[in-house]
Order: sequence, then C-alpha cells, then structure tokens
Amino acid sequence: MVRYLIRRTALLLASLALAGVALFVLLRLLPGDPVNALLSVGATDAQIAAARRELGTDAPLATQFLAWLGDVATFDLGSSLISRLPVGPEIAARLPVTVPLTLAGFVLAVLIAVPVGFLAAYRADRWDGPLLNGVAQLGLAVPAFWVGLLLVSVFALNLRVLPAGGFPPAGWSDPAASVEALTLPVITIALVMSASLIRYVRAATLDVLGSDFLRTARALGSSLPAAMWRHGLRNAAAPVIAVLAIELATTFLGAVVIESVFALPGLGSMLIRAISQRDYPVIQGVMLVSTFAVLAVGFLGDLAQRVADPRLLRGHR
Amino acid sequence: MRRLHLIAGLLLVTVIGGAVLMSYLWLPFAPDDTSGGRLTPPGGDHWLGTDKLGRDLFSQLLVGGRIALGTALGAVTVGGLLGVLFGLLAGFASRWLDDAVAVALDILIAFPTLLLAMLIVAGFGASLGAAVLAIGLAMAAIVARLTRILVKQVLSKDFVTAARISGISWPRIVLTHVLPNIWPVVLVNLALQAGLAVLAEASLSYLGLGTPPPNASWGRMLFEAQATVLTAPVAAIAPGVALVALVIGINLTADGLRDLADPTRRRSR
Repeated sequence: MVRYLIRRTALLLASLALAGVALFVLLRLLPGDPVNALLSVGATDAQIAAARRELGTDAPLATQFLAWLGDVATFDLGSSLISRLPVGPEIAARLPVTVPLTLAGFVLAVLIAVPVGFLAAYRADRWDGPLLNGVAQLGLAVPAFWVGLLLVSVFALNLRVLPAGGFPPAGWSDPAASVEALTLPVITIALVMSASLIRYVRAATLDVLGSDFLRTARALGSSLPAAMWRHGLRNAAAPVIAVLAIELATTFLGAVVIESVFALPGLGSMLIRAISQRDYPVIQGVMLVSTFAVLAVGFLGDLAQRVADPRLLRGHR
Repeated sequence: MRRLHLIAGLLLVTVIGGAVLMSYLWLPFAPDDTSGGRLTPPGGDHWLGTDKLGRDLFSQLLVGGRIALGTALGAVTVGGLLGVLFGLLAGFASRWLDDAVAVALDILIAFPTLLLAMLIVAGFGASLGAAVLAIGLAMAAIVARLTRILVKQVLSKDFVTAARISGISWPRIVLTHVLPNIWPVVLVNLALQAGLAVLAEASLSYLGLGTPPPNASWGRMLFEAQATVLTAPVAAIAPGVALVALVIGINLTADGLRDLADPTRRRSR
C-alpha cells in the first residue's frame, strides 16, 4: 500500500505539474493578446508597451512561467484584467455555490441510480428490468442543459413553485432561499448523471448475481439480501468506486453548464464570462482549480478502490 | 434483437442525414429571412413557427443539423487519424518511450474535454472549427490509448513474428496484419465517441462558445429559445428532440456495429 501510495502521489503531482505547464503554454501560444482586453482600439505603441509591462507579458516565457509558479505556490492567482480584483478570493467566494451543487447532485444521482440499476439487473428477465434499462439508455442521449431548460419551464414558469434561476445575494445566510435556488439545478444534475450511473450499477449487479460465490453462499442457506450484503457489496465495490470517482469529476464539470442555465454565480459562470472577455488570469485560475479538483478526486478514488479491494495492489508493477 | 438496434440506429441517422443533405439543395426559407413575423405559431408556411427575430424555425433546424453532423464527422476524422497514428507509434515504440506515452495519455484523458475545448475557444475565439478541433483532440487521446493496447496484442501474435522472419518490412506488416485486425474495434469506439461529440458541441454552443448566429447549432437555438419558452414552446423543444434523436441514432448504430464486430459478446449486457 505504501509503495502504491508513493507511486500514485508522484503521478498526481506529475499530472498537476503537466496540467499547469499546459495551461500556461496554451494560453500564451494561442492567438489573442491579453493586452487587447486592457486597451481600446487605436492604442499607441507606447500604450501597448506600457500595458505589456504592467501584465508582465514583455518578459521571456520562462521568466513569466517561473513568476507564475511562484505566485501559485503562495496561493496568489493574480488579478482580473477587467475588474482588477484578485482571482483567488473571487474563486473562494463562488465555491459555496458550486460545491454544494456538485455534491448534492452527485448524492441524489447515486440515490436514484443504485436502486434503479439493481432492479434493472434483478428483473432483467421480466418486462420492467429492460424498460428501466431502456429509459437509462435514452437518458444518455439527453443534454443536461435541455433537461434544465424543460424543468425551468414546467416548475418555475408554469407552476411557479420554484425560482427559475439566480442565487440569493446574501448567500447561505438565508438558507431556505439558497436551498430553493439550488433545488432545480440539483435535480437536473442528478437526473442526467444517474442515467450513466444506472448502466454501471446494473452491470456490476449482473456480475454479482451470476457469480459462483453468490450461488455458494445461497446454497449454504444464506438469504439473498444477506449474501448480497456480505459478499456481493464487497466484490462490486471496487469497480463501482472507480466509476463513482469519474462520475463525481464529471458532475463537477457538468455544474459548469448547469450554472449557466440557472444563472448561478458559481465557478462555471465565472469561467464562461472570463473566456468571452479573454480575461486570462481568471481563465488560468479557474482552470487550475478545476483541474486540481478533478485530479484530486481521481487520486482519492484510486486509493479508496485499493482499500476496498486489496487484490488490486498485488498486480501492480 | 441486436440487429434491430443497428437498423433503428441507421434509420434515424439516415433520415437526419438525408434531411441535412437536402437542406443544401432546398430550404423552406433562408436562415436569415425574417419575413415571417416574430414568434409566429407553427402551421401554414412555417411548419414549426418562427423565432423571436422572425426566422423560420424548421429551416434553422435543418441548418443546425449540418453543424451537428459536421461536428460528428470532423471530430471523428481528427480523433481517428491522430489517435490511430499515435497509438501505432506508441505500440511500436521502445519500452520507455511507450511508458511515457501511456502516462501522458492517462493525464490527457483525465483532463476534461469540456475544459480543453473552452481553453482552445479562449484562444481562437468562438467558432465551429475551434470546437471541432478541441473535441477531436480529446477523442484522439482515448482512441490512441485503445489503439496502443490493440497494436500490442497483435504484435505479440505468432503470425507477426513469422512475417518478420520472412523479411517483410514493418510498414507492410502494419498494412497487412495490424490495421486489418484492429479497425473493427477502433471503428466501433469512434462511433460511440461521435454521439458524445455531438452533445459536447451542443453544450459549447449553448454556452456561446460554438458557432455564432445566424447559422446557429441546435445548442445555440435552445439557448435563444430559453427566454421565450412560454410563448413559443416549440422553439425550445424541437432542437432538443432533434439532438436527442441524432445521438440515440448514433449510439444505437454503434451498439449494433459492436455486436457485428464481436458476435461472442455476452448478450446480457
């Protein structure tokens, strides 16, 4: 386990470093000078040079990179080119929207997918199992933002039971309003995410139901729930954890789109505004934080998988 | 039963593809023709009504289909060519280079498609080309990883050793032994990815990071219909239905192709 931990940590750090370099290089190599965001059309050469100096983009690329790396190491992500506000605190201010949205959507998706996926496998020979599976397959083809749009038009605009979008300016100091604001977005994310989760739960359940160990346990007099609990869960855990980690990361990214549907002031809307304004420090900061979150979830998922099924450690080089 | 998937999938894709091809020859109205009056309800000349600027919805739907199908074809081409090329190179490379490529691919795959696409759009500006390039690159990483594994499996076979001993060059071995053995699996994978590519482009366009109007994609049409969803519900439903139908068609086709490529696959899944 220790050897694996060291190896996996090294991979995490390498991925982070590579992602950081890629972000930095890509944003500078791609066409589009950040200076344009600062100046109006028809700026003089002297003004352009002054703006470059102010942004630090007149220094050699390597110097710029080292300076940026030093800043990131001290949690300084620079300041927005448009609002001049520091990027770090702005990201921190938006996490209370994005993180609850992601986690609640994910938990609800799991709560939907586990029983439905189990039933789809358990009743695979009847009419209702294949029906559940078919609905889940259909769900895979539906874009998340369209689900959000339809839910808004039914529950917010027609029935007027929930807000169509936005977040209370006072934030979580008004918990009831915050929960109301997040209800439709969370349901949207959960519905879309559960479609792909159901497939995995169904496949894992089918594997367990058809396994020799379950048949043996049943032959020895164990009831089906008891055998599933003692043997099935443990055997299905490792692959399901791997999928859950990927899905959690996907949920987080899905939140980027959903936030736009519901006009929520989270990380996603911050990123999309920054892209349309070519606000490079903000793009870089949000991308870095998002990439870190995705890689960290993958790291934790891999560790949890090995705790649940130590056999995975043995096959490792 | 599985044959049904393939037939239903191909039927959906053919109908949508045929309608899109027809749109190059004939459109009910030009995409920027606003003569129909704003938010006309469906019926009469305007089968699906008009949008808030008076543009015919059905014509826009057809034009949007070009973008959806174009994205699928473009991304599959970029992803397929680059992915197979890099997968082949990695499969043939020396041990340490192969390890390095494998780790690099794992990292690239961990990096989310949507973020990569946004990064590329941030640099090139919002355009269909940037979106297709980004989606294709993300696809290439997945295809390269698959190709690398498949190539290694083929290269370990005795018939490759025999070919090598009889003095056949590596390029000819690739053409006569490797590619014929791996293309069915790669093709099925590409078909599955095509559905995801259509969804990714729609999401990017919805966010305003895809093709700019008036030749809007289905994702952008849905964004513009969001504000008038109560007065003109068809505009918020039709592009979504088209999108779902195309993706289901592609997925069913891929599903059916997979069973053709590998008849031994367990039927229970």
